[in-house]
Amino acid sequence: MKIFFHINNTPKSIEIDDGNTPLLWVVRDMLDLKGTKFGCGKAACGACTLHVDGEAVRSCSYAVKFAEGKEVTTIEGLGSEQNPHPVQQAWIEEIVPQCGYCQPGFMMATAALLEKVPNPTDEDIDKNIINVCRCATYYRMRKAIHRAAEIANVTNPAKTENDV
Amino acid sequence: MKKLILYIISTLTVVVVFAANYKSKKAGYFPIDEPEVSTKQNAFNTMMDVVSHQRCVNCHPSDNVPKQGDESKPHHFGIARGENNLGFQATNCNTCHQPENNVYSGVPGAPHWSLAPASMAWQGLTRSEIAQAMLDRTKNGNRSHEELIHHLTEDDLVLWVFQPGTDQEGIPREKPPVSEEDYKAAVKEWFASGAIIPEN
Repeated sequence: MKIFFHINNTPKSIEIDDGNTPLLWVVRDMLDLKGTKFGCGKAACGACTLHVDGEAVRSCSYAVKFAEGKEVTTIEGLGSEQNPHPVQQAWIEEIVPQCGYCQPGFMMATAALLEKVPNPTDEDIDKNIINVCRCATYYRMRKAIHRAAEIANVTNPAKTENDV
Repeated sequence: MKKLILYIISTLTVVVVFAANYKSKKAGYFPIDEPEVSTKQNAFNTMMDVVSHQRCVNCHPSDNVPKQGDESKPHHFGIARGENNLGFQATNCNTCHQPENNVYSGVPGAPHWSLAPASMAWQGLTRSEIAQAMLDRTKNGNRSHEELIHHLTEDDLVLWVFQPGTDQEGIPREKPPVSEEDYKAAVKEWFASGAIIPEN
């Protein structure tokens, strides 16, 4: 079957036999975007988190057929080296990663959170950022999430109010 | 002698006729009421075999925490009802659950996957209490009997219980002990016969 969607603002058509193939496999193996990681394969760890139409989803548990006509954003499309997303900038400032494997998933989950809750409390973070980091970088991540909110508020002051 | 024989035959005939009449009265009395009561009760029990099954009740929690598995354990990751029965702002039901079961991850899915509203909390209730809550328009989303029948027999999320898929280990999830066809017939029969809720 043929499936059309946008990936990081670029239109893309793929031909695939099984529409139930996880979006994660398509992104990594067909589109060669390796930033999104395979962790548990059962939507538990969050390493595969990316955005579909702006919403965080676990791409290991998201059949590619459901991406038809939608906008998919991976860590590669979140920002660039020259113009990092506030979350990426904060991650760099707080030197969050240790091994780094789970971090793209955390950053994508955090970016989605800041879209919904520009100034998240610790409770908002506890409820919404439920990914798993085996290096236990949670403390630095919490600092980075608050820092990302500050950076985002400076770069986009219109979104300082939590709109939930 | 001839009179005596005639008398005996007459007496026996009368006895036989009475006995026959007595038997037919008994046979005519019991089949009228008992099977009717039994059928209503069976329809209720068949319907509730499904409605009270963990596949349904797991998403009708009494503590705002969805349950999962046959043991009805609290949902992983601290997921809870949230403000709109869909979880939290950026991590919600659709972060993991899609409109279909996912055969790769074992994550269950169906259209409009969500928790039932808090007013429809069934966890811990008896079958009769669940039925009372189901019929109560202040708790059931103001649904009429017709709307309840539609919800119970046509809604894809409700009917997911008959196609619950396999879990993360590839093991089929337990289904209710009633076929989809028998369940739908029982729901319609129970409502058609007055939606009478038996005592607990």
